[in-house]
Amino acid sequence: MIKLLCKSVLAICITTSSLAQNCQISFKGKITDFHDSTPIIGASLKIENSNKYAVTDFNGLFEFKNLCKGKITIEIEHISCETKKITVNLNENTFKEITLEHHIEDLKEVIVTSSHNVTSKTVQTTNIDHNTIEQYSGKNLGDILKNVAGVSSINTGNSIVKPVINGLHSSRIIVMTNGVRLQDQEWGIEHAPNIDINNADNITVVKGANSLEFGGDAIGGVIVLEPAKYVLKDSVFGKTILGLQSNGRGGNLHSSITKTTKKGWFLNAKTTLKRFGDFNTPNYTLTNTGLDSKAFSFQTGLKEFEQGFTVDYSFVNNNIGILRASHIGNLDDLVSAINNKEPLIIEDFSYDINEPKQEINHHIFKVDYYKRFQDLGKLDIQYDFQKNQRYEYDIRVGDDKDKAAIDLDLTTHSINSTFDFNNNLDQTYKVGIKGVYQNNFANPLTGVRRLIPDYDKIDAGIFALGNFVLNEKTTVNIGLRYDYNYINAKKFYLKSRWEERGYDEKFGNLITGDYRTQWLVNPIFSFHNVSTSAGIVYQFNDKNAVLFNYGLSNRAPNASELFSDGLHHSASRIELGDLDLQQEVSNRISSTYNFQSNNSTISAEVFFNKIHNFIYLEPTGTEQTIRGAFPVWEYKATNANLFGFDVTWQQKISDAFVYSNKSSLTFGNDAKNNKSLIDIPAPSFKNSLEYRNKKWHQLGVRLESELILKQNNYPDNNFTVYLPQQDTYALVDISSTPPNYHLLHIHTDAVFHLSKKTDVQISASIKNLLNTNYRDYLNRLRYYADDLGRNYNLQLKINY
Amino acid sequence: MKSIKHILVLASIIILAASCSEDDPIVVNEEELITTVTVTLTPQGGGDIITLKSIDLDGDGPNEPEISVSGNLSANTIYSGVTAVLNETENPAENITEEVKEEGVDHQFFYAFKNSLASTSYSDTDENGDPIGIEFKLTTTSAGSEVLTVTLIHEPNKNGDNVVEGDSTNANGETDAEVSFPFTIQ
Repeated sequence: MIKLLCKSVLAICITTSSLAQNCQISFKGKITDFHDSTPIIGASLKIENSNKYAVTDFNGLFEFKNLCKGKITIEIEHISCETKKITVNLNENTFKEITLEHHIEDLKEVIVTSSHNVTSKTVQTTNIDHNTIEQYSGKNLGDILKNVAGVSSINTGNSIVKPVINGLHSSRIIVMTNGVRLQDQEWGIEHAPNIDINNADNITVVKGANSLEFGGDAIGGVIVLEPAKYVLKDSVFGKTILGLQSNGRGGNLHSSITKTTKKGWFLNAKTTLKRFGDFNTPNYTLTNTGLDSKAFSFQTGLKEFEQGFTVDYSFVNNNIGILRASHIGNLDDLVSAINNKEPLIIEDFSYDINEPKQEINHHIFKVDYYKRFQDLGKLDIQYDFQKNQRYEYDIRVGDDKDKAAIDLDLTTHSINSTFDFNNNLDQTYKVGIKGVYQNNFANPLTGVRRLIPDYDKIDAGIFALGNFVLNEKTTVNIGLRYDYNYINAKKFYLKSRWEERGYDEKFGNLITGDYRTQWLVNPIFSFHNVSTSAGIVYQFNDKNAVLFNYGLSNRAPNASELFSDGLHHSASRIELGDLDLQQEVSNRISSTYNFQSNNSTISAEVFFNKIHNFIYLEPTGTEQTIRGAFPVWEYKATNANLFGFDVTWQQKISDAFVYSNKSSLTFGNDAKNNKSLIDIPAPSFKNSLEYRNKKWHQLGVRLESELILKQNNYPDNNFTVYLPQQDTYALVDISSTPPNYHLLHIHTDAVFHLSKKTDVQISASIKNLLNTNYRDYLNRLRYYADDLGRNYNLQLKINY
Repeated sequence: MKSIKHILVLASIIILAASCSEDDPIVVNEEELITTVTVTLTPQGGGDIITLKSIDLDGDGPNEPEISVSGNLSANTIYSGVTAVLNETENPAENITEEVKEEGVDHQFFYAFKNSLASTSYSDTDENGDPIGIEFKLTTTSAGSEVLTVTLIHEPNKNGDNVVEGDSTNANGETDAEVSFPFTIQ
């Protein structure tokens, strides 16, 4: 499908004398590069409806002789350029300078949102290509990202999967989808990114805060999902993926269709449906873990070299059941859940999604426009609108039975503009500004006190980046960014809580209303954040390269960290924010060694991240309420040190066999209290052996082994509690980590060509081949149930 | 560059318009909140009515429940008991006992004694003929100090072993309310 946009034309210069006698005019000209005005050598010119040709010389000059008076149309072609037609009215001898759109970035393909491609070589990046994305068509963003060494996930069951980069997650990770920074209440552990990965053609993971273009607060990293790049030609194409899974007895269907034109117009529509019933472990059904997901997107625009625009709309609707047995009342129930080897509620398989459950709608609307300026660079302007509606349904009684317990509506408007000074590829600069207005509305009709209050938020950012190619071996990248965050919240506090937190002394002036048992307060906070990044890559030779980088980043506390207060029913715990929290400041240094030869690719990464005011949520004790005792989890700040190693190694054993290894080790230490940090991913080692027969339908067979060790470094937050029903004191072990586990997976695929334009890829895989029982430390439901058992997958992909 | 200006102007209008909403949000008082558990014990042979009461007006807030017992129980006496659960943050107080009664199949009160100086038996039934426990009989034996724990369980498994007899061990479900009352039997 992909081919060069511009044909190469042999440099044959033919001049023929005209038959007409009054045709003595000469037309000379010069063809130069649009960007830097350098002459373009070897461009061929042809006068339409004639056999006159010319080719530019070393100075970009050409000449036509013996032309007649009147209008002529000249077609200009050059390798790696778009064919251009110009019309000239000839009355006398004429000289004309013509610019051609010749640019290295666009050599191969025209990129729809070219402003967002992650190009810097000096940061730790890993790409996931569309083949892998297609394999994960029925899965989540968090699942697919685990293919990157150093990326793990924090889960609530198996359908709510949040990516963790080098031990950091939630608000410390920016997710960019199609140029839009996702704003979907990413603060909570049970709030997974609302993205249909099928919309992406390429996913890039940037570790650390070194891509300042996207934001200064990505202490953990940035995940960039980019749509497919279109070729300028008249074409209609599409694909359909149908997947079936035994575990969950469901499947997924994705279909997309795209129309492109030679002139640069494009139109595409995609839809994805997923439906699963209760999943199961090797021994029992995970009752109420079904999933119903629908996604739709539509994109159109014009992509020319000099200018273009896109209009984009996407919608995701997720209905996710949460393990019934994970809904517990008070500490008695938690203790009996932890002490029970099996979940307390196991029912027969069902497709029903009952309470507790989540329903999320996410809309993104985006328009962007770009224009290239000759000798200067490229301007990008973008506006995007996002609406995220989140409903969490709890098991409730009486009239409230079908009412959501959490009903949040987050609306975000962003506008940003960047200018890329890229006429000199050895020295490029990018500057940009961004403005965001966000409103959160917490619906009072839930009848449950708001965990997250109503707020207005304004963010404004400005950045400048420079990329310098010092010589063939060395590239340096530096960046600077400033962000201003303003948050204006209206929040009800129980008077008793307000006093217990000591807010009456510190924040007494924030009170604006008295509602019997509650105060209405109006906290207004603003934060100034400065971020910098610097990186250098040194290429020793074609095989060895090393890169170093440093990033300073700041992240203002989010609404959840500041304002949480009360019983979070779905987590059965009291969560308390802290109005005193300051922004996190991260200093991260990292280094990567890359080796690439014909048979081996090795990438060894190391990082050290020192985070001042690191905000974390940890159990601190229990509180007695009329419902019994509940564990209290408080947001606290400390100074944290994170460090780790990630290795990715691919070794070609023979033409048919490839071995690969991905290993990562992450350590997190609370420097203030001299203990381990909570929720740090356990050491992980993934090995795979792949056989591929390129001659026979590209048959591939891959055996994968996944070994996750027990996390031995965890803080001891256990506490004892009095159980009145049993009249005993019990130790609540919420800290201990699950033992090692080892899983085997097998995957096989083959491609069959049905016709010239249609091919079918069939793949079959078995996850957890040995039906191993296991629990994962970073699954919040590990207290209640095992993880998934064996899962047979069958997938059919048709390209047309 | 003109278009940038236009967009910036437009954006600031949107921001100003949106941030001008100065209305205060509506207060939420938890509806299903149980603030108060009252156990009223009437001696069958006549005598002082004993009231055991636990109030926690800040619900899930940090304040501990306030527990009061109006007097001592008599040994070797049968009491008719009635338990009421209320939400007293509402005005007038919401009687949640009604809801419990209506959804009797999905609720059950359990009464447990620390020192086994007393016992209870249920006096009411739900649609299936299983106990709810709003009404019960309390029988004291010998004198001494005792602690009664009243637990309201939502969606109990009433078919579990000994659940209909008042043993919550196999009831599963979720706890809606749980209070302990220390008192003396004399």
